[in-house]
Amino acid sequence: MTKMETLQLKLTATRVRMGVIEGTHGAGCGHPGGSLSCADVMTYLYFREMRVDPEQPQDPARDRFVLSKGHCAPALYATLAERGFFPVADLPTLRHSNSYLQGHPNMNTVPGVDMSTGSLGQGVSAACGMALGAKQQGSDINVYTLLGDGEIEEGECWEAFMFANHYKLDNLCIMIDVNGLQIDGATRNVMNSEPLDKKMDAFGFNTIVCNGNSFAELEQAFKMFDLSHGSGKPTCFLLRTTKGLGVSYMQNAVEWHGKAPNDEEYAQAMDELRAAHESLEKEIELNNG
Amino acid sequence: MAEMKKIATRVSYGNTLVELARQGADDLVVFDADLAAATKTEIFRKEYPDRHFDCGIAEQNMVGVAAGMSTMGYVPFVSSFAMFAAGRAFEQIRNSIGYPHLNVKIAATHAGLSVGEDGASHQCCEDIALMRSIPGMVILSPSDDVEARGAVIAAYNYNGPVYLRFSRLSTPVYHDPATYQFQIGKGERLTEGYDIAVIATGLMVPEALRAAVLAKRQGISIRVINMPTIKPIDEEIILTAARECRRIITVEEHSIIGGLGEAVCSVVSEKMPVPVRRIGVMDQFGHSGPAAEVLRDYGLTAENIVAAVREMVRPDRPAEE
Repeated sequence: MTKMETLQLKLTATRVRMGVIEGTHGAGCGHPGGSLSCADVMTYLYFREMRVDPEQPQDPARDRFVLSKGHCAPALYATLAERGFFPVADLPTLRHSNSYLQGHPNMNTVPGVDMSTGSLGQGVSAACGMALGAKQQGSDINVYTLLGDGEIEEGECWEAFMFANHYKLDNLCIMIDVNGLQIDGATRNVMNSEPLDKKMDAFGFNTIVCNGNSFAELEQAFKMFDLSHGSGKPTCFLLRTTKGLGVSYMQNAVEWHGKAPNDEEYAQAMDELRAAHESLEKEIELNNG
Repeated sequence: MAEMKKIATRVSYGNTLVELARQGADDLVVFDADLAAATKTEIFRKEYPDRHFDCGIAEQNMVGVAAGMSTMGYVPFVSSFAMFAAGRAFEQIRNSIGYPHLNVKIAATHAGLSVGEDGASHQCCEDIALMRSIPGMVILSPSDDVEARGAVIAAYNYNGPVYLRFSRLSTPVYHDPATYQFQIGKGERLTEGYDIAVIATGLMVPEALRAAVLAKRQGISIRVINMPTIKPIDEEIILTAARECRRIITVEEHSIIGGLGEAVCSVVSEKMPVPVRRIGVMDQFGHSGPAAEVLRDYGLTAENIVAAVREMVRPDRPAEE
């Protein structure tokens, strides 16, 4: 990945973060913290990794993505909008009673959403089913799913992990957004799930620990996923991330798990993100020059 | 009925999966949770091992996997005992299949008390209630081999979520395979009768038929209605029965809460109020024992139906026995 490509991704991720703020502010509720922690991996997925076409959101040959941590719908919607699946201007209608942008992802109303999710632990099972279906068809479709590190407290996740390994789903990439926080506090205090790397190794995964907010590290991780095809092993990314990243007062602040910014907070968040956007644009211009 | 051929509807289920696959249902896949020998999906597995996936003892994941597989163009049948399909995986069925309205068939065997010896932990009398509460869920409850075959084929051809309820117990085959046509949403009038209607489902239908014979000897004519679709319920056949028979008894191997009885009550109470009496499991858990004995212990026999019929038709003349 060239420096310019990295800068472009950073620029896009900043716009995705703006979309998250637009959405949650427009809704007056929702989940900005975990949406911001996964904004980078969402951007990488939809702008570099996945084979998708916004003009044909139902193309049977497309790669699939399941947002198992469905409460981070603001990030998924912002990414899909940025990628051209629907207008960015619609993001503030999130959670409104006349909007197609349901509080949690709805595959029947939102173009580009491959699975309805929201109840934690369930999306990863559906992703396993998609990966199994792709194998059964003999197609080269990849399936990606993103879980929260709190979400994996659900027993169903571990049923799904066993299944992925048993059926050798090496076309499946399970990504866990390890931002370390959940509603009731730090994940290690609420229900400690570490050491996650050893657990995922023991469950038979091609386990990759990386900084989920670094495009350079994400690139390496996805390369390793590509290389693992044919190995018979499913891949698991443990993405070390910062919850609330990009908005100073939301960063690593547990209270921003499920709360919307008020007008003042919204203005500050957008100012910060616009400033970041502008400085990235300048950097891109310099590199172009 | 002693001379009638007997077969368990779970066996019909396994046989029909094979029949569909042989006839070219290439998109049909089957999931089980370590119960293939009991749910009879092993019949399918023997012939189509590449399209049968054992998920281990993990019903929640199995339901989710089936949901995902259906989005890839497959028609998954997921199987377990009713208790663990509708019960344990209720929320997965609700959120991963029902809400997105995916084309998954939940084939639950060992429903009701007739599980027998395993006892209350395995005797699911709540599955119809649970499944009825999910918007858009079709619920099929066939009563014999011929009807079970028809139900499986209809479920496969229908695009959307379907819950199929099968029994462990071998039961009489009373339908004629040459003439019987299964149609989702249609009840079936089995006997003419105008004193009272008895609406039954699953393995209570043969009991209702036997009750009709017993009652006839006492000069009472029962209209026996077989209700193989619980949802969407056949309102027309219920309202015709309410109008022509003026009294209804419902019979099901399920809790009286939330099952066929309440489905019938909701129709008549709003459109043609007549007295309805529900025969079923009375808000209690089952117990271990041979199926026939357990059904008798819980009042699910032809004799119990006749007694209730007499009380409703001739309240001034209680039962002679």
